[in-house]
Amino acid sequence: MSALTRARTWLDERFHWADLVGPLKKKTVPVHRLSYWYFLGGITLFLFIIQVCTGILLLLYYRPGANEAFESVQYIMTRVQFGWLVRSIHSWAANLMILTAFAHMFSVVFLRAYRKPRELTWLSGMVLLFLALGFGFSGYLLPWNTLAFFATKVGTEITGQVPVVGRHLMIFLRGGEDVTGATLTRFFGFHVAVLPGLTTLFVLIHLALVQYFGMSVPPGVEARWKTSPQEARQMKFFPNFFLRELMAWYIALGVLGALAAILPWELGTKADPFAPAPAGIRPEWYFMFMFQTLKKIPAKLWFVDGEVVGILVFGAAGLVWMLLPFFDKAGGGRGRKFIMGAGVFALAYIIAMTFYGYAAK
Amino acid sequence: MDPPLQVTEQQFASDIHAQKGLTCASCHGGDPTKADMDAMSKAAGFRGKIDRKNVPELCGRCHSDPAFMRQYNPSLRTDQLSQYKTSVHGRLFAKGDTKVAVCIDCHGVHGLRPASDTRSSVHPLNIAQTCSRCHADANYMKGYGIPTDQFAKYGASVHHDALTVRGDLSAPTCTTCHGNHGAAPPGVDSVQNVCSKCHVFQDQMFEKSTHKAAFQSAGLPGCVVCHSNHGIAHPTDEKLGGGPQAVCMQCHTPGDFCDQQRAAMLNGLKKLDDAVQAADKVLSVAESSGMEVSQARLDQDQARDALTKARVTIHSFKPALVEQDVQEGVKIAAKNLQAGQTALSERDYRRKGLGLSLVFIFITVLGLFLYIRQLESHAPKA
Amino acid sequence: MKTEEPGRIQPLRRRMVEMLLGGGLFASIVSAIYPVLRYLVPPPVADLGGDEIVAAKVGDLKPNSSKIVRFGTRPALLLMTSEGEYRALSAVCTHLSCTVQYRNDLHQVWCACHNGMYDLNGRNISGPPPRPLEVYQVHVRGDEIVISRKREA
Repeated sequence: MSALTRARTWLDERFHWADLVGPLKKKTVPVHRLSYWYFLGGITLFLFIIQVCTGILLLLYYRPGANEAFESVQYIMTRVQFGWLVRSIHSWAANLMILTAFAHMFSVVFLRAYRKPRELTWLSGMVLLFLALGFGFSGYLLPWNTLAFFATKVGTEITGQVPVVGRHLMIFLRGGEDVTGATLTRFFGFHVAVLPGLTTLFVLIHLALVQYFGMSVPPGVEARWKTSPQEARQMKFFPNFFLRELMAWYIALGVLGALAAILPWELGTKADPFAPAPAGIRPEWYFMFMFQTLKKIPAKLWFVDGEVVGILVFGAAGLVWMLLPFFDKAGGGRGRKFIMGAGVFALAYIIAMTFYGYAAK
Repeated sequence: MDPPLQVTEQQFASDIHAQKGLTCASCHGGDPTKADMDAMSKAAGFRGKIDRKNVPELCGRCHSDPAFMRQYNPSLRTDQLSQYKTSVHGRLFAKGDTKVAVCIDCHGVHGLRPASDTRSSVHPLNIAQTCSRCHADANYMKGYGIPTDQFAKYGASVHHDALTVRGDLSAPTCTTCHGNHGAAPPGVDSVQNVCSKCHVFQDQMFEKSTHKAAFQSAGLPGCVVCHSNHGIAHPTDEKLGGGPQAVCMQCHTPGDFCDQQRAAMLNGLKKLDDAVQAADKVLSVAESSGMEVSQARLDQDQARDALTKARVTIHSFKPALVEQDVQEGVKIAAKNLQAGQTALSERDYRRKGLGLSLVFIFITVLGLFLYIRQLESHAPKA
Repeated sequence: MKTEEPGRIQPLRRRMVEMLLGGGLFASIVSAIYPVLRYLVPPPVADLGGDEIVAAKVGDLKPNSSKIVRFGTRPALLLMTSEGEYRALSAVCTHLSCTVQYRNDLHQVWCACHNGMYDLNGRNISGPPPRPLEVYQVHVRGDEIVISRKREA
């Protein structure tokens, strides 16, 4: 008996290993023209794993605290062997992860994978997106450089504009009235403990749900397969889809390495809270569309503060977006059309406002 | 208020004298306890409008009295009047010239503020403007035989720039070099002393140089010959050159020993300047490729300091000394250039490493692709 | 190309693909693990250069003498007074950022650029400098003289 078989028997006698692994072996993935979109979720997961690994490595040398943070990142970039690589990969993978998360979300909308029974998968995915944005916002401050300091100042200032709870929320985020070393400590805590814990939980929930329901098939393909069942094609997850997924992950790894070595992430200058804000403060690209929108809203609409209106509108839009699956069956075909329309509008708006934000500088 | 009166109670309220408790009667005399016209009684010492020729003595009544001034500000000087008498203004005034400046012309009269107040006409930032009221007025200054372009020239100078743009209140204005109450142009022999109050090293080197004796015997006023007095521009290396800005060649003959010394010093400066710029360029390229060179960037400051030092050493007019400073700077700049080049070769090493790992990744991806094809070519998908 | 029965790939082709894949996997994994392993080894210089440095050893400085050291990104002045006490100040003149020096004839800190003077507590006492020099803490630890800055909140 080979070692592998012996190990399997050992596990089976204790955990009914064969029963646990059995469904996984039988898992299949639908094969059709749009199958490639299935990779996006996995790539996002891969990038998250990269983040956890490089994040742990960075933790070995990073020192939180206004007087040491910048110097420690500089130390990592210049003195630690391959520190520049680990840090640049961490920064690039963060941005790529958010990009693929957005792409994954929009592919789910346009391929209608949110439909019953997968509503909770959608909701858990939305929570994961917000957690990813939280990772991005908290992590951006950690090198304690000028751009990050002022971007955090502006970002938390906007949070303060939320009606009723805004001010308390802002003080909670900042650890005080202003952005100080206390903010850095707090963001560090969020970034390495709170957010990873929550994300792990929700990733497990999300994956479990995906496993449970299997891969969704786009409605057009579904209809065709119903009429001609012989056209339906499935691929075994192990090893066929898994190998393909591995290919995709390797390509993503190659892209990451290339970006880290050719376009290394810059360090900037150490934050000085008493210096005036430099020109051209802007948030990271994934917040740009919101930032640009708020900038363009006039200072006062009727009697309400322009920024507050913007925040409320985004809040409402976010809520509608989260509840998208529940509109699907509404009003016959109208619910569906509404969701499609909302998806197209959201995508176009985000892209347009992001470019606008950069072009306007 | 009646039209002839030039000041209101409100205006006077901003005056430092009013704030210290003085009234109109303190200077104009009269009896403030009486109402109406009775207050302006000659018997009570009413002077009416003070004549210009009485102003210095009137102000001096209090301001030259240490015992009196002590009750208001013990550290305030009380020699302004005696100083004034030594000044060009004071001497002409004593001869009966009433066009010259008296106390109120510079300090104001009814809205007088202390010199430390930024609104005061004698605050460092405002002094040049105040002096220019007469000294830049060609018509007013007719007959005195001095130029009226000082204010215009000063306005373009590096000292004015330091004062108004950089906000450096230690930068010189008119009174710094000419004195305030004892205002007089420094004599030819003392210009160097005035400049040397701040520019210590240049003065020390010049003192020990050959030019000191030469200038003295020619009756030339030290620093001013090369740097001018009011329109002092930021000096460039061109001053040592052969072009329109060259100062050496105003006296020296082309080709003589001094000309050669000049050329040697200029070459030294150029060498260091080039070295600093070369290092800066490489460091820029390294930085924009993402390499961390902040230490070398910082050390460039030291190289630039050496260049500044070399430019000061020019005033010794000894190329050997200049060369010492140049060498020091060149050494530092060379080290920084080296650091930049090391950073660039490290960058290239990284890119090669990346290339290699990309090759491995590509092989793996290709392997996966072929393996999948193989797997699925002979077995139908589940 | 030979026609194959389904289920029989040339063993050589199969072996080559497997070796390609295996080799690629191995090489790529090694090229990922290698930097990580190197990364885990701490560099020889542990000092961040942020808040604290060893400026000198006891005995390096005689009374009434000084030394310029790099502290973080800027120079600092370590001096020993005539009474044998250590002082540490920022060596960046507050006027135009020239590097100051200790004058052992005047027992004061002097800036050569425009004749600015500071006392041994960093206070600007004459000349153009508008602000005092930043004062650092000095401690003697064993035979090391350590200069440190106060920590921010």
